[in-house]
Amino acid sequence: MKWDWGAVGDFMPQFWDGLLVTLQALALGSVISFALGLVWALLMRAPTRWVTWPVGAVTEFVRNTPLLVQLFFLFYVLPEWGFTFSALTTGVFAIGLHYSTYTMQVYRAGIEAVPVGQWEAATALNLPVTRTWRVVILPQAIRRVVPALGNYVIAMLKDTPLLMAITVLDMLGQARLFSQEHFQFTEPLTVIGVAFILISYLASLLMRALERRLVH
Amino acid sequence: MTSGLWDLVLKGVWVTVQLLFLSALLAGAVSFVVGVARTHRLWVVRFLAGFYTEVFRGTSALIMIFWVYFVLPLAFGWQLVPLWAGALALGLTYGAYGSEIVRGALNSVDPAQKEGGIALSFTPWQRLRLILLPQAVPEMIPPFSNLLIELLKGTALVSVIGMGDLAFSGNLVRLALQESAEIYTYLLVIYFVIAFALTRVMRGLEKRLKAGVGGTPARGNSPQQELKRAETTGVGASSSGGVLG
Repeated sequence: MKWDWGAVGDFMPQFWDGLLVTLQALALGSVISFALGLVWALLMRAPTRWVTWPVGAVTEFVRNTPLLVQLFFLFYVLPEWGFTFSALTTGVFAIGLHYSTYTMQVYRAGIEAVPVGQWEAATALNLPVTRTWRVVILPQAIRRVVPALGNYVIAMLKDTPLLMAITVLDMLGQARLFSQEHFQFTEPLTVIGVAFILISYLASLLMRALERRLVH
Repeated sequence: MTSGLWDLVLKGVWVTVQLLFLSALLAGAVSFVVGVARTHRLWVVRFLAGFYTEVFRGTSALIMIFWVYFVLPLAFGWQLVPLWAGALALGLTYGAYGSEIVRGALNSVDPAQKEGGIALSFTPWQRLRLILLPQAVPEMIPPFSNLLIELLKGTALVSVIGMGDLAFSGNLVRLALQESAEIYTYLLVIYFVIAFALTRVMRGLEKRLKAGVGGTPARGNSPQQELKRAETTGVGASSSGGVLG
């Protein structure tokens, strides 16, 4: 096995570019998935099945099909329908949509875990529905779900390399570009592999600290 | 779509199913070996198993696939057939997630059961085989069912290294037809149907296994389970108790 530190040094400028794109995709994808997931979770509590049934079916479908194929779908089909976005925008939206179907279950669990007495107290105090949600239920529910949401951020981080398949130059995209230009595969791929382990380990330590502060 | 293109898609389905089967077998074996090793009494064994889990859960499945396919041949001179390369990378990665499920389920067995085994002077292996596993395995089925769906979705990744699975044949059909909406809709539907069938099979399995230890399957996930469930895809966050808490 040959290991060439020179190649690692040459790869570094591209590595930082790729890291930036990966983190951008991760940050925007997280925001979309958190917001959209909450929307799905609230819609699923709608009183009529004309809302809950379609929302449930669509999210179930999105959750059980591969993100990669969803990426291809959005990347190739949307332009045919006349919507053209950059590859990164499409990718961020796909990741956000895919993971929103997971975060919605987390939110649902968080909302169900709020003790029923809280609802009854809100009714007894004659709080309007929006105020009940905004100041009583959601603050308690979201506190409980932060660790679980954090785990999905880490899961999302590990799915960002898929964006390479739709031409985004994230870390894996940069590594592949570099290996094709210099015909050195070992170094760039190993470097980004180690980088992923480090980032997700640091993120999990952060999550654990957050969990301790919020839950206990 | 012409029948020739449908043949291509069906061939892709077959490759995906083969890959799913092989990598599920490997992932299952890895989960049990590593998961049981994480409850071993020697700290070296626990440490090594924990290290394995952290490394393989910490990195992305797609990067593992690239690594196995491009780096292994160059670095060690092992050129694997694409199907085996894909199954190896997926099996090792998802096995690391599965080991957390096994560990969590083993830890959630009532300690009195283990103590009872010690009192009856069972060997550690007998305790595991006759007392812990029969009670822990039914508990593992729902999280393993989720993981199997994740694995099915993960098999699409091998199309990136040019293996002729379902997603890859979909891309070929798109190039042939110069039109994307139809074929990608079919692909998504096919994946969904496979996932749905797998869920049904796993639910039947759970019912049979739970009946064996005198229980009934939980209807839907409880809030507590759902909040813990995320840990099957997280890294190192399951400091306390694993999937079942």
